[in-house]
Amino acid sequence: MAVSHLQCKECKAEYPLEALYVCDQCFGPLEVVYDHDRSTLDVGELRRRIQGGPQNIWRYADFLPLAGGPPGPSGRLASRVGLPAGCTPLIRADRLAERLGLREVWVKNDAANPTHSFKDRVVSVAVTRARELGFETIACASTGNLANSVAAHGAALGMDSYVFIPADLEEQKILATGIYGTTLVGVEGSYDDVNRLCTELCAERDWAFVNINLRPYYAEGSKTLAFEIAEQLGWEIPDRCVVPVASGSLFTKIAKGFEEWIELGLLDGGGPSSIGSSAPRLPRMNGAQAEGCSPVASAFAAGNEVCRPVKPSTIAKSLAIGNPADGPYALDLARRTGGSVDAVTDEEIRAGIKLLAETTGVFTETAGGVTTAVLSKLAARGDIDPDERVVLVITGEGLKTLDAVRGAFETHTIAPTIEAFEAGVPEGTAV
Amino acid sequence: MAVVVKIPTQLRAAAGGEAETVLDGATVQEVLDGLFERFEELRTRISDDDGSLRRFVNVYLAGEDIRFLDGLQTPVSDGAELTILPAVAGG
Repeated sequence: MAVSHLQCKECKAEYPLEALYVCDQCFGPLEVVYDHDRSTLDVGELRRRIQGGPQNIWRYADFLPLAGGPPGPSGRLASRVGLPAGCTPLIRADRLAERLGLREVWVKNDAANPTHSFKDRVVSVAVTRARELGFETIACASTGNLANSVAAHGAALGMDSYVFIPADLEEQKILATGIYGTTLVGVEGSYDDVNRLCTELCAERDWAFVNINLRPYYAEGSKTLAFEIAEQLGWEIPDRCVVPVASGSLFTKIAKGFEEWIELGLLDGGGPSSIGSSAPRLPRMNGAQAEGCSPVASAFAAGNEVCRPVKPSTIAKSLAIGNPADGPYALDLARRTGGSVDAVTDEEIRAGIKLLAETTGVFTETAGGVTTAVLSKLAARGDIDPDERVVLVITGEGLKTLDAVRGAFETHTIAPTIEAFEAGVPEGTAV
Repeated sequence: MAVVVKIPTQLRAAAGGEAETVLDGATVQEVLDGLFERFEELRTRISDDDGSLRRFVNVYLAGEDIRFLDGLQTPVSDGAELTILPAVAGG
């Protein structure tokens, strides 16, 4: 068992591996600490073990916070572990790269998870740890994707679930939650209101709120995105990652995943721009926000270390967290890796969704539009060396935010005749 | 002004086990000062050395984050509810 204890990210106070999430000395967030011993590590053997593991996140069980190892006899049986998250495609996107004047862009398509977003990674870990700790009911405060995932995991594992969302969420995300038979609660207010309510409720109910009292375990699930990207690139690290930022948790945990593997010597030197330098280093980390909810991007631009909360107003509802708890860590990460946190308008988000769809065949939700639009912005600004290997992290599915693409194209309606086709449909659609 | 202050579970041990307490004050700052006088240990848990709130502490007046109001100088009315909570990342 590599997992050791919980530790406060601020004052370093240590806590046991229980359902705790905040330091009672300084209120800092708690994080899982492992005791990997590099001196006895056989890198080749570990790589082979990972490659021979199940086709889901449990192939990285050595780096996830479970006391009892991967769930089920081998981690292979979906019925024993809930929904098999992870092992999503990493697609080389040459047409997108060409459009942006770059050489090598990869799209990590996490819409290919069981409930079509990266949230299945974090929920898999949180729910499995919740069962280890003896919880019978799971819950969450969500901007939509987490709602889908918690409800589905509850159904798969036969656990009761309570899902709290802003009442005005996209209809597709509400429908794709309620269908799993969860208790769905629409709260009149913003996500930050939902989060506050659930933080209070967490003290009153003996439930595993995956992103509150189980948060240290939950957040670790995001590291598997970094592990997969590195493994899919042949145990190499990319030069740059562009990642959406809501609370800042995903952004910082992807970097933590790379850091853990660099520290253990599991990764080789970076991509094309690092030829000649064998020591792997963290990718430049670029965060992506919507202008209508950009507390982290604003703090980055202003040179501040903390984020001033905002009232969100953007079509990118899955990123609409006005009070990002991991904001200070996201700012620090962007600065120390030579990255940035940028924001784009709702129009740029729509254009980003279209650009990704037209050049890669991947249809993403508004959060992916934000990420793609920020990549375009970085390329246009000349921030990216043309030789860099860039990974664009696409976290969710376009079918969940259909309103964002209404009116984005034209349908040619014709009578069922050759003449009507020839008269009414222009030739050539390649873009 | 009598204000109800709701204390999060993480701080209750330092507040004599109480989940809430009633204090007087005309602003959020005055109410918190009263809280620290009653439970001295809470001062360093909630406040930085310069008297501002620690960065992972959120304070809400009637459900509204005081950073959207006038911060610690926000006036409070009789019977108002002040809630102290840890900041939690979401998603």
